Amino acid sequence: MKYVDEYREAGGARRLAAAIERACTRPWTIMEVCGGQTHTIVRQGIDQLLPESLELVHGPGCPVCVTPLETIDRAIALASRPDVILASFGDMLRVPGSRGDLLAARSRGGDVRVVYSPLDAVQLAAANPDRQIVFLAVGFETTAPANAMAVRMAHRRGLCNFSVLVSHVLVPPAMRAILDSPANRVQAFLGPGHVCTVMGIEEYEPIAARYRVPIVVTGFEPLDLLEGILRTVMQLETGTAAVEIQYTRAVKRQGNAAARRLIEEVFENCDRDWRGIGVIPASGYRLREPLRAFDAAARFHVEGLCVQESSLCESGAILQGRLKPHQCPAFGKECTPQTPLGATMVSSEGACAAYYAHRRHAPEPLTIAGANVP
Amino acid sequence: MNDSTARLTPEVFPGCPRPVAGYDRVVLGHGSGGRLTAELIERLFLPAFSNDMLAALEDQAIVPLARDPTDGIAPRLAFTTDSFVVRPLFFPGGDIGRLAVHGTVNDLAVGGATPLYLSAAFIIEEGLALDELARVADSMREACRSAGVMLVTGDTKVVDRGKGDKLFITTSGIGLARAGPALSIRNARPGDRVLISGTIGDHGVAILSVREGIEFETVLESDCAPLHTLTRAMLDACPGIRLMRDPTRGGVASVLNELASGSNVGVRIHQTAIPVRPEVHAACELLGLDPLYVANEGKLVAVAPAADADRLLRTMKAHPLGTHAAIIGEVLADHPGLVTMISSIGGERVVPLLTGEQLPRIC
Repeated sequence: MKYVDEYREAGGARRLAAAIERACTRPWTIMEVCGGQTHTIVRQGIDQLLPESLELVHGPGCPVCVTPLETIDRAIALASRPDVILASFGDMLRVPGSRGDLLAARSRGGDVRVVYSPLDAVQLAAANPDRQIVFLAVGFETTAPANAMAVRMAHRRGLCNFSVLVSHVLVPPAMRAILDSPANRVQAFLGPGHVCTVMGIEEYEPIAARYRVPIVVTGFEPLDLLEGILRTVMQLETGTAAVEIQYTRAVKRQGNAAARRLIEEVFENCDRDWRGIGVIPASGYRLREPLRAFDAAARFHVEGLCVQESSLCESGAILQGRLKPHQCPAFGKECTPQTPLGATMVSSEGACAAYYAHRRHAPEPLTIAGANVP
Repeated sequence: MNDSTARLTPEVFPGCPRPVAGYDRVVLGHGSGGRLTAELIERLFLPAFSNDMLAALEDQAIVPLARDPTDGIAPRLAFTTDSFVVRPLFFPGGDIGRLAVHGTVNDLAVGGATPLYLSAAFIIEEGLALDELARVADSMREACRSAGVMLVTGDTKVVDRGKGDKLFITTSGIGLARAGPALSIRNARPGDRVLISGTIGDHGVAILSVREGIEFETVLESDCAPLHTLTRAMLDACPGIRLMRDPTRGGVASVLNELASGSNVGVRIHQTAIPVRPEVHAACELLGLDPLYVANEGKLVAVAPAADADRLLRTMKAHPLGTHAAIIGEVLADHPGLVTMISSIGGERVVPLLTGEQLPRIC
């Protein structure tokens, strides 16, 4: 398959791994921002090809993982109403709320549909004029243009039975929050390839400059990640802190102008609660005033939302790179994909789920870098 | 270990509320062929009907009959049943009727049995066009003919409109079990080789592409086919085959996990050795699915001693249903109960049994 197979080729991987080995003279800690990158690293065993002194820590970029419990509970409550069809991306369905998940809501009679695009949810609204269609609009900047398009389309078509439960989050404020944390160990980032495809790289330049961290915007295939890691190590070794694009086949400096205009037209920034991390100022999107009528949280009053996270779950520390999944005391014991305590154990992009699924064969699941460089 | 780990001693956390551990109702994942299905069988059905033949959890039960006093031979029957629910009823490469016949024939064939007779029960939703039902019956007749079996008994029920998805078919089948040791999910031994009879994921992706409206330059067809002549040829060439399974729902990964735990062995497969059609690969990339978990309806996984593997592979490749057969991995004494895969770039990871359905990823 073109654009896929050439980035999964063993010879290229070995050459890049050897180059990283040669370039790396000291311990370094690099965070890959995106859940999709974590997924590739663990599934393809990329960390097994790297020198022991190089540590990859997994970032907050799994949209399923950071969606607050309150949003999940609200979605479950809405799905349980007979007048509502709740449409969602597939992997939100198993995320545990305070009491059960959307799959369980469906088994109790709730109408929950998996869609591949928010525009499919708009079609549902057009086809079911006597039902309320609520789309669970989660995700980073990557999914924002399509969600914005859905709202604009519903607005233009006068589909009053369509609304979105918005829990959009933004990458740059999360990176700043991680770097501002006194417990931070991250020295460089593999930047989010798909987010930057939409948004461009300009907003990352002040971060690289202020915190003196290299940011290499990286793709999602094995060779992308290895090349991204190599470029990051070269910056670290030479004391450089710049924003570079590895994922040039998708990312332009300015991003996608049409998509950005669409986001700008429909959404505005707001404070947002990140599951496991807490509220980060100006780290999310909400609908702009003229379109607020499409906000499901405003349209439907849900009573008795009382959210309680498991205090065993350390997903917050994991999402900020302060802990590895297997270092959480509940990992693999109280918390498994069958009985997830936190969302990082649910989504296939969640670091805990990835470790649980793919790393049980090794007696010592991971090598931790010898030193924790501040 | 770093500071934050040291902080995390279990004593810090008193007894605290845990989210719902399981489901108190049936969810779709209970039908996925993954862990939820296994739990349903082990915790609910096995205790209810506890007997050795059921507890073997093979694709077919081997039922001993009384010894014939004249020749002293005790024939053994192979017996199996399967229900078929598929939307749409007709899809590229097959339909629900053909699936219902071949599925049951294959469950007998992979046990080494010769399929003989089938029953079919039809649960029909009010409003189904008689023309569609006739097409299904025609297709079943043709499928029986090609599989060398007779459909000898059946049943029909009609349910109210909205209470069924057009048509559900349950088929049961009996066949003559082969003489000699039974093929079993418990038979794999370290050193054995794992073979697949062809490209994986064709059926599931063919169905999905119709359902999701994904178009390819060529029409991707379901691999729906009766495997009894392939299994016969394989057993003739290599009587020492340990086990065969048809990787239907849950896909190849689920069969490999079942044999790893059934035989208490490790299994290691090699990503680059696994045959996948480019269209299936592309569709799975697009939809965020892993072909290892996608259903097949005309493929089998076999485990054979290493010394027999090459001969078995040649036999499979010589059969029309095995032209893309491949040796995809080996059975290990290491990590019993776990399946691992060497990725295309040389990393190794666990291939787990999925909890429930494969859910498409967000991005």
